[in-house]
Amino acid sequence: MAVGLGAYLSVSACLFIIGIFGIFINRKNVIIILMSVELILLAVNINFIAFSSSLGDLMGQIFAMLVLTVAAAEAAIGLAILVAFFRNRNSIAVEDINALKG
Amino acid sequence: MTVAAGFFYVLSAILVASALMVILARNPVHSVLFLILCFVNAAGLFLLAGAEFLAMILLIVYVGAVAVLFLFVVMMLDVDFAKLKQGVLRYLPLGAVIGVILLVELLTVVGGYMIDPELLKAPIAPITSDITNAESIGRVMYTQFILYFQLSGIILLVAMVGAIVLTLHHKKGVRRQDIATQVARKREDSIEIVDVESGQGV
Repeated sequence: MAVGLGAYLSVSACLFIIGIFGIFINRKNVIIILMSVELILLAVNINFIAFSSSLGDLMGQIFAMLVLTVAAAEAAIGLAILVAFFRNRNSIAVEDINALKG
Repeated sequence: MTVAAGFFYVLSAILVASALMVILARNPVHSVLFLILCFVNAAGLFLLAGAEFLAMILLIVYVGAVAVLFLFVVMMLDVDFAKLKQGVLRYLPLGAVIGVILLVELLTVVGGYMIDPELLKAPIAPITSDITNAESIGRVMYTQFILYFQLSGIILLVAMVGAIVLTLHHKKGVRRQDIATQVARKREDSIEIVDVESGQGV
C-alpha cells in the first residue's frame, strides 16, 4: 500500500458518515436513502480491502465480495419495492409509506 | 510523496466530494451520476490497495448494473422531486451535529488502534505475490469458502425471484397465447355435429 492503513480508514470513515448524514437530511426521498445505504456499504468495503492489504490476508477481499453480492441484491429488491409502491400510491414520499402501520 | 500516494489523495478527495454531492444534489439523476463517479474512484482506491479483481468487480457490478438500475428507476418514476427536497434545511443542523460527533469518534478510533500481533502471525488465507489476485481469490473462494460462495448465489437467486415477483404485473385486456390450453383442446369440445333439417336454418 502506498499510504498507511490509517489514511484508508479515515477515507472510509468520512464516506460512512456522509452516508448516514444523507439518510438524515433526505428523509423524504427513498431513492436517495437507498443511494446512501450503497455509500455506507462502499465504506465498509474500503475498510475490508484496506485491512486485507495491510494484514496480508485474503479473507478481507473474500468478505468484501460477499458484501458486494448482498448490496446488489438489496438494491434490486429495494428498487423493486419502490416501483411496486409507486404503482399503488403514485408517490414515493417516505411519509406516505405507512400502510403497514399497526 | 510517491506517485501512488498522490493518486491516493486525489482519488479519495474526489471520492468524498462526489459522495457529498450524491446526498446534496437537487436532481436525483445528478445524484446517480455522482454515485457512479464515487464508485469509479473507489475502484481506483481498491487498485492502489492491491485488490485488482474486486476493483473490476466493483466497476462491472456497481457502475454497470446497480447504478444503471438506479438511473432507470429515477427516470421511470414520474415524481415531483422538488417537493421531496423540501424540509432538508429542517434536518440539516441536527444531522450535521450528529454526523460531526460520529466522525470525530470514528477518527479517534482510527488514530488509536493497535493490531493484535497474534493476528499477524496466522493469516487465514495469506496473500502470495507469485500468482495474480484473481487467481488467488479463486483458489480460496472455490475451496475453503465454497459454502459462502454458494450461499451468495442463493441470495442472488432469491433477490432475482423477489424482484420479478414484486414488479411483474399482467395488464388486463391483453390476449396472450396459452399453449397448454391449446394443446389440451379436444375435438369434442369445439366441434359439434348438428343435424339440420332441410329448408330450415340452424
